[in-house]
Amino acid sequence: MAIEVRIPTILRSYTGGAKVVEGAGDTLGDLLTDLDSRHAGLKGRLVTEAGALHRFVNVYVNDEDVRFLGALDAKLNDGDSVTILPAVAGGAFGFAAAAAISQHRAAAAAISQHRAATVAARDAAVAAR
Amino acid sequence: MLSIDRSIVDAIVAHARRDHPDEACGVVAGPVGSDTPTRHIPMENSARSMTFYEFDSMEHLRVWREMDDRDEEPVVIYHSHTATEAYPSRTDISFAGEPGAHYLLVSTREPDTEEIRSFRIVDGVVTEEPVRIVEPAVDPHAVQSYMFGQSPATVDYECSGR
Repeated sequence: MAIEVRIPTILRSYTGGAKVVEGAGDTLGDLLTDLDSRHAGLKGRLVTEAGALHRFVNVYVNDEDVRFLGALDAKLNDGDSVTILPAVAGGAFGFAAAAAISQHRAAAAAISQHRAATVAARDAAVAAR
Repeated sequence: MLSIDRSIVDAIVAHARRDHPDEACGVVAGPVGSDTPTRHIPMENSARSMTFYEFDSMEHLRVWREMDDRDEEPVVIYHSHTATEAYPSRTDISFAGEPGAHYLLVSTREPDTEEIRSFRIVDGVVTEEPVRIVEPAVDPHAVQSYMFGQSPATVDYECSGR
């Protein structure tokens, strides 16, 4: 039972540069295990240690995203075509989070300074009385 | 170095301005091995976020297949940062999955000025590269092919302020 698997550029180091490889399996999980026996390390790039499909890897069976077909339990048939694409994602989140944290720190510092000044002013007022 | 036509840069900036304050994203395809971006494909940001972008998985498959059929590859992958500089964030670096692509970043934080920078991101290493904008040799109004994938009514070339 042969299933055609299309490998993205970034994972071709595991397939000797091949763009398309063949494998077998009743489910996507079985197929990846089969592929890993010939292309060691490939499965580890697609499946987490907890045994789930990586969030930022898209795998398709024919024209369907496997997330809608049961992910690693997705059933496969002879002649199916599986396509793997690393998700194209990113964004400023890292920077935004860092900026938010630094602003938070600055705000916290300003608040404690204000408190110290208020306490000092109150103490001075008490002393003057 | 990334060499890219002025008309494509203008279309990318217009897309980024249009989606501001959300991040915009897309691809410029080109013939395999040419390192020349020729076909602008604005993509939907399925995250619809001011700080994150992600290609819609079905659109991603469709566009990548189309490029395969036309012997093209993603020469440029672009996205916008809407409040920060046009430099890859840690998120961008950890997700960069196309080692052959130029990662183009556009910052829309300033309404009147454009910040466009290009990077290679390979195995977590970021290398900035110069961007050479190629001015049109022909009447730019004769070039209409960059409207691929969207209604011409929504393309506003005036947005870039040129």
